[in-house]
This record gives sequence, C-alpha cells and structure tokens, in this order.
Amino acid sequence: MAQTQSQTPSRLRAALGRALTPSLVIGAGLVLAIVLFGLIAPFFVADPNAVDNAGMHGPSAQNLLGTTQTGQDVLAQLAWATRGSLLVGVIVAFLALFLSAFFGILGGYLGGWLDEVFSLFTNVVLILPGLPLMIVIGSYVQQRGLLLIAIILAITSWAASARVLRSQTLSIRNRDYVQAAKIAGEKPHRIIAVEILPNLLPVMSSGFVFALITAILGEAGLSFIGLGVNGTQTWGSMLFYAQNGQALTLGAWWWFVPPGLMIAVLGGGLSLINFSIDGIINPRLRNAPKQLKRVKQAGKQAEQEQAERAEGDTGPDERDETSGHDPDQEEVAV
Amino acid sequence: MHLLRKLGFYLVALWAAVTLNFFIPRLLPGSPVDAVLAKLALRGPVDPGTRRAIEIMLGADDDTPMIQQYFAYLGGLFTGDLGISVTYFPTPVTQIIAQSLPWTLVLVGLATTITFVIGMVLGTFAGWKRGTWLDSLIPATTILQAVPYFWLALLFIYVLAVNLDLFPISGGYNPSMVRPAFDYPFLSNAVYYGFLPALTIVLSSLGGWLLGMRNMMVSTLSEDYILTAEAKGLSPRRIMVMYAARNAMLPSVSGFAISLGFVVSGSIIVESVFSYPGIGFTMLQAVNNNDFALMQGLFLIITVSVLAANLVVDLLYGVIDPRTRARG
Repeated sequence: MAQTQSQTPSRLRAALGRALTPSLVIGAGLVLAIVLFGLIAPFFVADPNAVDNAGMHGPSAQNLLGTTQTGQDVLAQLAWATRGSLLVGVIVAFLALFLSAFFGILGGYLGGWLDEVFSLFTNVVLILPGLPLMIVIGSYVQQRGLLLIAIILAITSWAASARVLRSQTLSIRNRDYVQAAKIAGEKPHRIIAVEILPNLLPVMSSGFVFALITAILGEAGLSFIGLGVNGTQTWGSMLFYAQNGQALTLGAWWWFVPPGLMIAVLGGGLSLINFSIDGIINPRLRNAPKQLKRVKQAGKQAEQEQAERAEGDTGPDERDETSGHDPDQEEVAV
Repeated sequence: MHLLRKLGFYLVALWAAVTLNFFIPRLLPGSPVDAVLAKLALRGPVDPGTRRAIEIMLGADDDTPMIQQYFAYLGGLFTGDLGISVTYFPTPVTQIIAQSLPWTLVLVGLATTITFVIGMVLGTFAGWKRGTWLDSLIPATTILQAVPYFWLALLFIYVLAVNLDLFPISGGYNPSMVRPAFDYPFLSNAVYYGFLPALTIVLSSLGGWLLGMRNMMVSTLSEDYILTAEAKGLSPRRIMVMYAARNAMLPSVSGFAISLGFVVSGSIIVESVFSYPGIGFTMLQAVNNNDFALMQGLFLIITVSVLAANLVVDLLYGVIDPRTRARG
C-alpha cells in the first residue's frame, strides 16, 4: 500500500514530463496570454466606439496602437474584438464537437444502415464548400445574432472531425474489452460513455482545438466581408472597417496589422498544442527523431569499426554500389 | 461497382447542393423582398406599390405550392436558366458566371497545383530528414497556415504594392493597356496581376499539405517494407521516392476534398481584397447589391466545380491506389 502511494506521483510526474513538450508550453502560453487579454483588457481600456476629432494618427503615448480614421482607439477595439472572437470561437467549437461526436461515434458504433446514412451525410457536408454556403445564408438573414452566426459556422465545420471519430470508433468497437462489455450485457449508451469515449478523448480534444481555429478563421472571413454578427466587435470586423477606411492606401498599418496578428498568433499557439496532442496519439511522430539519432549513432559506430578493420582498403560492398549497374536509378528518373 | 458507388455519392452531393440552394431563401426568416425593401428604406420613404414590384422582379409573387416551384426550379437548371441578375440588369446570371469563372478557375487551379507539388516535395524531404534541423521549420509553416488568407493579402498589398510599388493593387489585368485575348501582351499582363493573389493562396495553404505529407512520411518510414528495402541495399533515393513517398502521398490525395473547399473559400475573400474579376469578387458584389439570383447561381457553380474537381481526383485515386479497385 505504502509502495503504490509513493510510486503514483512519480509516475504521474514522468507522464506529465513526457506530455510537457516545448511546443505545448509555448502554445499554451500564447493562447493563455490572448485569452487573458480578451478577458481582462476590456475593463481597462477606453470606450472603443468613442469618436475623437483628432482623426487618424499612429501609435502614441495616449493611444498605444494609434487611432482609426474617426479617432477611435485601436487598442480598445482590439481588446473588445479579442473577447468577441474568442466567444464566437468557443461556442462554435463546442457545437461542432457535439455534432461530430453525435454523427461520428454513434454511426461508427451502431453500424448498419444508420452508419451508412450518417457517413453519407458527413461526406456530403464535408465536400460542400463552407464559405459560399455561409455567405448565402448570412446575406438572407438581416438580423445576424451571435447564436445564428455560431450555428452557421458550426454546421459547416463539424464534418472533418466526425469522419476521424467514426474511423477511430470503428477500430475501438472491435477490441476485446468492448466485446467483453457487450457480452456482459452492458447497454449501448453505457458502452459508448464508459468504454469508447475515454479512448477517443485525445482525438476529440485535437478536433476541438482544430474546430476552434477553423471557427475563428471562418468568423473573421465572414465579418471581413461584412456578414458577421451585428453590433459585435471581432477581429474580422476590425479588418472590415480598416479595409473600408482605406487603411492600406493611407499606410495605417497600426489599424490592420494587430487584429490579423492576433488571429495568426492564436492559431499558431493552438496548432502547437495540437502538435503535442498528435504526439500523444501517435507515438511514432514523437519518437521518430530520437530513433533516428540512435540509428545514426549506431551507423557511425559501425563505420568506425569497419574503417579500423579495413585500414584503407575499400570494402567489396562499397564498390558494388558505385560501379554496378543500378536499374532502380533509371526508373526514378522516368 | 466501386465506380458506381462513387458516382452515386457525387449525385447525392449534387442533389443536396441544389436542394439547399432552393430551400435556403424560402425557409430562412426574412425574405429577399424584405432585404431589398430594407435597403431602399435607408435611402428614403418607400412607396407601398414598390413591394409588389420587387416581388414580381424577384419572382416571389408565385402562389403555386412549394413542391411545384421546386420541380420548376430543377427544370430551369437543366435548361441552364439561373435567372436574371439585378446588379447587371438585364444580363442573365449564366452570362456573368461565364465571364468570371475562367479567372477563378485559372487562379485557384494553378495556385492549388503549385501548392500541392511544393507541399509534396518539401514534405517528402522533411519526413525523410526527420530529426534534423528541418523539423524546427514545421511550426513555422503551421503559423503560416493559421494566418487568415485575406490578412496575408492585405499585408502583401501594403508592403509589395503600396509601399514598394512592385505589383498592382487590384484587378485582373490592365484594361487601358491590353484587351482579353490569347496573345502574349494580355497573358503576361494577367500573370503580373495574378501573381500576388496566387502567392497569397500558395503561402497560406502550403502548410497543411507539407505537414500532412511529412507526418505520413514519418509513419511510412517505420514500416517493415522500408526496412526490407534498406536491407536489400536499394539506393536511398529509390526508397524515398518509390517506397515511402508513393505510399505516404495517398492520404494527401484523398484529403483533396477537404482542402479544396478551404482553398475555394479562402480565394473568395482573396479575390475581394484584390478586386480580382473572378467568382468570389462577383459573389461579394451580389451580396452587397442583394442580387439573390446571381448569388445562388454562383453558389451552385462553385459547388459543382468543387464536386467535379473531387470526382476527377477520386477517379485518379483508383489509378494510383490499386487497393481501392480490388475492394470494389
């Protein structure tokens, strides 16, 4: 008893140490910084919509990121836009996660005609281009609330991860412990919740992070063409106003660089997190560099030993490689 | 059998797109008539008779049951009737699409092909040389991937077009210098104008291909047949290209569907930034002018093009991967 107690923390620490790769730490740091900025900064900045007669000017002590054409503080707008974009992103990611889990796991586990219908539906949604569909829907609805935009974004972005979840479910479904649970008379919903879902968690969290990136990019695109949420500041709407306010030709880089940079940094941070999740799911990716180094070292050692043994004389196998006719090389060239 | 299944899937997808296109305007809250009226009301008081006129103009005065309208709509599609554009009244929608489609097809088609080739080649090398300094380049490409298409386009315009004056700010060609024709002056001018939009698409979609290929290479290289090939003493180049890359490419090819959707979506906004005379720019003009017939026609043509491109890739896939044929 005492032994297991002392062992668990160290094993946990080892697992944590393996998971805490540099890319995870950097990625999580970037994401956390942006989230905190979106949560806290809006309380401290000036009114983002307050118009000032001074007009557009670059960064100064009073306006750290300069002002827009109508004298609005860019930093204040950025703070509120961060909050708006993150809010949309998180709502969409949860909706998309739910949809993909529903169609992917349920179809994959139950199989039969339900699976056929579900995967046909998934593939059709996957192949239809998302943004044109969003544009058509968005332009018909005049009152675009937050929820409506979130739903539009979610229904166009769940399909890819539903397909991944389905194939994972298919492989887990046939494992021994799931079969055992079935024979033991467990109900399907319990098998899905207890036996299958925990094994899908890494894939689902990777899908969630991916959905978050897609949602924020999609919302930015939609807002950039003026079809975003009415009356809510997001990174996309900032860029929309910057583009329409001639920020480019007037050289107002402080207006259009920050929102895009925030999207890029957040997306980069989320991808770094996804990298480490990928490494956990697929150990081959994580171990490949180490393995290669080991192989290289072994190769060097063997070379050295061979060189010591041969002492200047070229080995017969080496001669073969250089002078012998190699039909493979020609095939490659073709 | 395999082929029939594929064709069946594309028919279902096509039907879904057509049906969505029909039902979206009819089932959503707010009708196109209301949208046009709301826009007119911004400019001044609206005459009560205007509503009726707009209804007739948009074809919303139809009292026949919806199912009948649906079949009339399907029939209209088969005869190539997509309605009349309001923005370019009275030009038929099909004519406007025919004008703008070649621009987008060439731009997106060329950019995607270039991206695919570069991504496959670089991904092959990155996977082959895994564990070297090349691995540290991977995060950089993903950040590039997280950059919004249109923001990258804005940056390019700001730096390369406005400040350095190397490229034009907008447009597809210079109408005061050349006329559209298949001759050298026009084509070179079009390439010059299309360079920045294409560069934007290539740079922002390269990361996905590269990373996918690299990861598949790493997985493939630890297969037993690679070890066997090495043990046979085959040249490294043959192992890399014929044994590893050939197999590692398959998921990338079959993942074409997903990525093409992204590229097309991204290019719509890129076109709007550059005012490039393609489908995307036309679509945004239709949105701004409440030109619903044009918008729906464009949605349809974009979807059909994406489906067609995927069908071609799917058929090619059967040639590349014999297993899919054997299974069917």
